[in-house]
Amino acid sequence: MIKLEELIHLNDRNIILKLKEKIDELADELQKEIKIMEVCGTHTVSIRRNGIHSLLPTNVKMISGPGCPVCVTPASYIDNAIQLVEEKRAIVVTFGDMLKVPGTKGYSLSRFMGSGWVRVIYSPAEMLEIRKDTSKPVVFLGIGFETTVPTIASTFLRGVENQLEDMYLYTSFKTVPPALEALLADTESEIDAFLLPGHVSVILGMEPYRKVLERKNGIPGVIGGFEPVDIMLAIYKILKQLAEGRREVENAYPRAVRGTGNPKARAVIEKLLEPGDELWRGLGKLPASGLRIRREYENIDAVVKFGLSEEYNYEPAGCLCAEVIQGKVAPNQCPHFAKDCIPEEPIGPCMVSSEGACAAYYRYGDIG
Amino acid sequence: MCLATPMEIKEILEGGKAIVQQAGVEARVDISLLESPQVGDYVIVHAGFAIEKLDMKEAEERLKLFSKLAEVKENLD
Amino acid sequence: MHGFIGRSLCGVLQIRRYRLTMMDIIKLEHGSGGALSRKLTEELIYENLKNERYPELSDATILDIKGQFAFTTDTYTIDPLFFPGGDIGKLAIFGTCNDLAVSGAKPLYLSLAFVIEEGFPIADLKRILSSIRRAANEAGIRIVTGDTKVVPKNRGGGIYINTTGIGTREFRHRISGSRIESGDAVVISGPIGSHGIAIMASRESLPVGPQVKSDVAFLYPLCRNLYQLGEDLKFMRDATRGGIAAVLNEAISDTELSMNINESSIPLGEKVDAISNILGLNPLEIANEGVFIAVVRGSRGERALSLLRETRGGDRAQIIGHVDSAYPGKVILETISGGKRILDFPRGLMLPRIC
Repeated sequence: MIKLEELIHLNDRNIILKLKEKIDELADELQKEIKIMEVCGTHTVSIRRNGIHSLLPTNVKMISGPGCPVCVTPASYIDNAIQLVEEKRAIVVTFGDMLKVPGTKGYSLSRFMGSGWVRVIYSPAEMLEIRKDTSKPVVFLGIGFETTVPTIASTFLRGVENQLEDMYLYTSFKTVPPALEALLADTESEIDAFLLPGHVSVILGMEPYRKVLERKNGIPGVIGGFEPVDIMLAIYKILKQLAEGRREVENAYPRAVRGTGNPKARAVIEKLLEPGDELWRGLGKLPASGLRIRREYENIDAVVKFGLSEEYNYEPAGCLCAEVIQGKVAPNQCPHFAKDCIPEEPIGPCMVSSEGACAAYYRYGDIG
Repeated sequence: MCLATPMEIKEILEGGKAIVQQAGVEARVDISLLESPQVGDYVIVHAGFAIEKLDMKEAEERLKLFSKLAEVKENLD
Repeated sequence: MHGFIGRSLCGVLQIRRYRLTMMDIIKLEHGSGGALSRKLTEELIYENLKNERYPELSDATILDIKGQFAFTTDTYTIDPLFFPGGDIGKLAIFGTCNDLAVSGAKPLYLSLAFVIEEGFPIADLKRILSSIRRAANEAGIRIVTGDTKVVPKNRGGGIYINTTGIGTREFRHRISGSRIESGDAVVISGPIGSHGIAIMASRESLPVGPQVKSDVAFLYPLCRNLYQLGEDLKFMRDATRGGIAAVLNEAISDTELSMNINESSIPLGEKVDAISNILGLNPLEIANEGVFIAVVRGSRGERALSLLRETRGGDRAQIIGHVDSAYPGKVILETISGGKRILDFPRGLMLPRIC
């Protein structure tokens, strides 16, 4: 029986060095620059924080993708969340990640910290307690991808079941496969392969990626875990596919990801939500790329209840966050990067979120 | 986008909750997204919810592969 | 500012004697300078912190200090006020003492000033005061002057404490980042992360609960042992807010030197790793209240280590890296995985994150 502790930090230096040797061999063989997009922001952070980028051969480049929920949330969402507090007098409940994103008015939800109007939670389940403790309407800021959505959906379904009233969900959920499709369709894109998000895949399984990637003009996609050894293994598998001319969806994180995903979690999502067009910062409006509240649950929809405005994007002048999300420019190619745009005073969302590509590059630096 | 960490189910509570632990730290999480969770299962926890059980057979095989890799040249497929 | 009893003790006012009860709360009048103010300082604060050596307190206290002394001040605000392993009172005493100790001085005297929010429970104030007394006894320092102000309800976070400390200089050499040289060893006095994790985990809403004790501790005995290194001891600083990431950067940020830190040698507090995994925190950036970083001449690294390890609270001291000049002004972390990256000053708020 394996001890749980053996599965926590997979960062054995000997194993990583062996994987590095194998990666170096394949990179030599490939003889050209390979751009691998890590779709998921948690991968970005793990790669930077563990210095994995410093272990890769010079012709293998990791580029960050759109998998940072805060980074792809449109500006209108923040404006509306602020409006919920200032005008609608609702208590806004949010993950800490959203707190510091500035809206178009130039300030963020953090302005209301300590006032009781904005509550930062770790788990959506805490919202039910907040609901019971106040007479004001409570709105949950529903951001995130397939991993986070079932935790929020499950909480709201439980709230509905327990007839908790005056509790609303403001959705800006995103789904990964449509974003991959949009990135692939972009003719300017130079992405050679995707490192696919491990925990999104826990929910989705492999099939949704196959539809997008295993076809003409498709590229390799390997599902990776988040420990350094997991990431090195996934990169190795990507290079192997490229060297052998294969374009497949492969699972390099089988201890967590089943081929069929987690059907129970998907059923929870489907009960409350249905696919809808969604506005992404950087990628624009993508068909069926979000999850909206089904009509039968519209009494918990914050958009319906508070008449929130249509969504719009707004890019601060000169901010290249949109291009960074698409992997077209590296964070340090933006003229603002590390000059007037720093984590304490961010211009764009890629510098706000701890897992935004700009913040990760800034914090963990490039020793080049 | 999705930070999660493995934990072990120590005790199953009412209402789809459980006490889980990692390295002696206990936490109360929701396990309602799992298919028939049992005490002793290793699960992945994200935002206070267990989102999947770890497949111990796969985990074991992977660890074996890695320990071989650390010793000799080994094919990874 | 006034002494703890102030002039009113001279007996101009006659107030009716009744004891403050545990049910009482702080009222605005407790800070007005009138009868209730006097009652608070006399019956609560002075009773709890009685100081035999200075019985006749007045507007200021006369101290007898010979030679050079170190002087420092700090203000303490924390939520929650009581946490596993300590409270704001203990923090306010040890925090200021530690600033003196890492500056090469033996802590002697402290001032103690409160800003209390109207409605604050007297019972909590009593708890804080007795914790202050215990900490002051452990540190062997005297609290020689103080002040209390009350602010209207909803205008302050329960209670704030300011302490100012004076200590006599014991270490004869300069403690400064500018004395650091290439080849020096970087030493840490103990395991990191416990304070910040204890604070975060004891906020009710998190699923982990109060399972970790804050490391808040009096660091002077550990520091004093290192003073023996003489001029080979170059830099010391306690790793409070911003964790060791902040201190390591502060040490060399104005120099042409870099630090090479080996992540696998950094000792972690018990359970700190697991809670960091669950909440998505980085232990290197987490605040400590009982850990300091020292930079010593490279050849004296092992000696520094044994001096720390033979002192109570220093048994998990480690050499965590060395100074070179490869990346001027930067701290480089060699990760457990064998990768390298910059270890920067902590940025932004530390909140539990899902991403």
